[in-house]
Amino acid sequence: MTVTRRFLIKSMATATGGMLLGFRLPLLASATPYQTAGASASELNAWILIDSDSTITLRVAQSEMGQGIMTALPMILADELEVDWSLVKVEYADVSENLQRGGVYQSMTTAGSRAVDTGIDGTIGRSMPLLQQAGAEARMKLIKAAAETWSVDGDECYADFGKVYHRPTRRSLPYGELTAIAAEVSVANVKIKESRDFSLIGFSASRVDTPAKVDGSAIFGMDVRLEGMVYAAVKHCPILGGKLRGFRFNAVRNMPGVIAAVRLDTGVAIVADTFWHATQAVDKLAVQWDVGDENKAYTEKFRNEFYAALAEPGTIVRSDKDTEAALETAETILVSDYFVPYLAHACMEPMNCTVHVTDDQVDIWAGVQDPQSVVEVAAEFSGKPKAAIRVHNCYLGGGFGRRSNNDFVLEALTIAAEVRLPVQMIWSREEDMRSGQYRPMAAVRFKAGIDLDKNIVAYSNHSVAHSIRQDQDGTVVGAIDDISLKGLADLPYNLSPREISATIKNTHVPAWWWRSSSYSQNTFALECFIDEMAAATKMDPIGFRRKYLADRPDMIEVLNELERLSGWKSRSSKGFARGMAIHESAGSIVAQVAEVSVNSSGQAKVHRIVSVVDCGNLVNPQIAKSQIESGVVFGLSAVLFGKITIEQGKVLEDNFDTYRVMEMADTPVMETHFLSTMSDRWGGLGEPGVPAVAPAVVNALFKITGRRIRSLPVSDYYLSRR
Amino acid sequence: MSVITLKVNGQSVEIDIEPETPLLWVLRDNLNLTGTKYGCGIGQCGSCTVHLNGHAVRSCTTTAADAQNFEIVTIEGLSENADHPVQKAWIEGDVPQCGYCQSGQIMAAAALLRQTKSPSDDEIDSAMTNICRCGTYPGIRAAIKQAALGQGG
Repeated sequence: MTVTRRFLIKSMATATGGMLLGFRLPLLASATPYQTAGASASELNAWILIDSDSTITLRVAQSEMGQGIMTALPMILADELEVDWSLVKVEYADVSENLQRGGVYQSMTTAGSRAVDTGIDGTIGRSMPLLQQAGAEARMKLIKAAAETWSVDGDECYADFGKVYHRPTRRSLPYGELTAIAAEVSVANVKIKESRDFSLIGFSASRVDTPAKVDGSAIFGMDVRLEGMVYAAVKHCPILGGKLRGFRFNAVRNMPGVIAAVRLDTGVAIVADTFWHATQAVDKLAVQWDVGDENKAYTEKFRNEFYAALAEPGTIVRSDKDTEAALETAETILVSDYFVPYLAHACMEPMNCTVHVTDDQVDIWAGVQDPQSVVEVAAEFSGKPKAAIRVHNCYLGGGFGRRSNNDFVLEALTIAAEVRLPVQMIWSREEDMRSGQYRPMAAVRFKAGIDLDKNIVAYSNHSVAHSIRQDQDGTVVGAIDDISLKGLADLPYNLSPREISATIKNTHVPAWWWRSSSYSQNTFALECFIDEMAAATKMDPIGFRRKYLADRPDMIEVLNELERLSGWKSRSSKGFARGMAIHESAGSIVAQVAEVSVNSSGQAKVHRIVSVVDCGNLVNPQIAKSQIESGVVFGLSAVLFGKITIEQGKVLEDNFDTYRVMEMADTPVMETHFLSTMSDRWGGLGEPGVPAVAPAVVNALFKITGRRIRSLPVSDYYLSRR
Repeated sequence: MSVITLKVNGQSVEIDIEPETPLLWVLRDNLNLTGTKYGCGIGQCGSCTVHLNGHAVRSCTTTAADAQNFEIVTIEGLSENADHPVQKAWIEGDVPQCGYCQSGQIMAAAALLRQTKSPSDDEIDSAMTNICRCGTYPGIRAAIKQAALGQGG
């Protein structure tokens, strides 16, 4: 660290800069606002605290990044607990407590699919039994406490709407008067409710985070304010993978507010009294970088390499006997290559992290998807025990997988360890976009053999994709990364004999989980090729899918409903066309119809998206609908506009003017339908709304233009009506 | 550095800063009014939208010097108890998801309704250019229409 002389004589009190007169400041946050339970609250178990005034505090072990987890998960607890939802307060579970109490909250990760069908989407399904159990246990403790108070048999008592009742005498006691006793008793054989007895699950309870998000009081990572806090702005090597060699601090050290410069592995940080001052100085800082061959990297070069690899044999994942022979002897053979670029997450809140390192403790404030791994990163970095690491999770201004990578946390730790002051590091939007972690680039080659009767008699797909896991731990070299094959290796269609193969092709571009991850790559390619096969066999796209999904009645039902609700069979208005696609992940099936047109400047316009969803049961229908429609808009940004371009090893796109995303005027009418099914499934909804959007749009555009788009985004093409 | 006088949420405040400092950072770092968000710094995304004399402006591309002599209103000052018709409609519709862009969306919507009592879809499209990565646009559109009814327009 290099410190300015001025800083040494600067008093801590003025560290935030400026002179304030006659202005009432919002309270300084010493932590996130979520620690709401009063000291008088009794803890019935790790999830549930009840105060003597009957205020209920429920804990959430996952991160709120817009998906409504802070509402939906407590609803599961509250339903079992039999409480008045309007008296419920919600706070984050403390990751340190999870460590101290032997993982009582189990995994606190809210992130991409590291194991089959879990992760972001699996949150509800995974949490359901855990939370039901916790809610029921607390309810039984309250009943037992009442029975002891009244000296009656617990079987004569029941809980309802925040009170325990004694049936024979119609006496009742509110939870607040029982909570101290209930916290001391223990219960066995906890019984959860039958689904027909749900009182809250299945209703659209208002989101608990809405009020704070409409008056500006919600604390995101960037909103943390600490006494004596300073700010850091960062400049990274523009060539991805490049390292810091040196910089000339002298040229900027006398700029207003500048306190220090800190060396980072791939960049440099300037610390100042305000973020604006830090930004001004870091912009002017002359930096030398050490780069290797990365500056010879171009998207076009990658693309050529990916296409070349398609022609080479991949690692065989599945190879049915006679697939190759059947392809060779088929009457016709259909071959198509698909390609998707790297994509940025572009969370509205750029990456940021606030850290205070002292002799015996490290405090971290940030919105993160995986606070447990933040503890690990900080413990390893600081050499301190995990118990000395405090993570104060905040609201996340978008996550989409990005905030499960702790690269930005590590940089803030590095800065704070040197300046020894509370420091808030913020990446500018440009740094966030150019030094990001990207949805992998991928290419897929499909082959289908078709006989004289228009049957598919053989099928193959070969995927060439950047593997995230290979980047992470290097364990999949020469082998198969099953996660990057999601949707391709586990094909729902009965296409056989078939051959599935894969090639891992990593570049210097860092790849990471991105809302629906490899499904977003593979579903686009697969569902477009399904339409190509339908056209080649002279079948309607829905009819073709029904034929080859014959042993998936659940998917056929979703298709039937989509056909009916979208008006699939009715004629489109002149200049409009409909396309469709179907997708399954995280225990949910989503089929979508896109209605599109092409405008006079050759660009696609999406007018309507109809989604039909089978996720089994719903915790909160309103949040469920929001999640699907959020996924649709996210998917539309990607299919219409999304691409990260590499030139000379650098990312060209650096802000929303060059990385276009959906705006209000681009957003179609959305109709979202949930099938009511009798099942014990609690499917996820955060991701499954995304993948089928791209193929639905592209399949619709084919009907207008007569040309297949096999490489995204659509905005790369000038579209003309046939 | 020079002393700039700003009128923020009805109160006068004197701040010793460079006059070209963007209003966004004055609000956030000097005044701790963190409801106004940083999203792009180039006036593109609208997360930093505030009112100057009732008009929606991007505070990241408005300097502190240029904001003098205007009545600056931030999300914290839009209403006493989060009861502006737009905020009420937002709460009723449970519009926010991650919520990060919503202060800017609400300020843009409030300015739109001040000028156009009952905006058409096209008017909403052209006034509401704020970006939301969660895609809350349908909820925003519905809430603007709801708020238009609520204000008696």
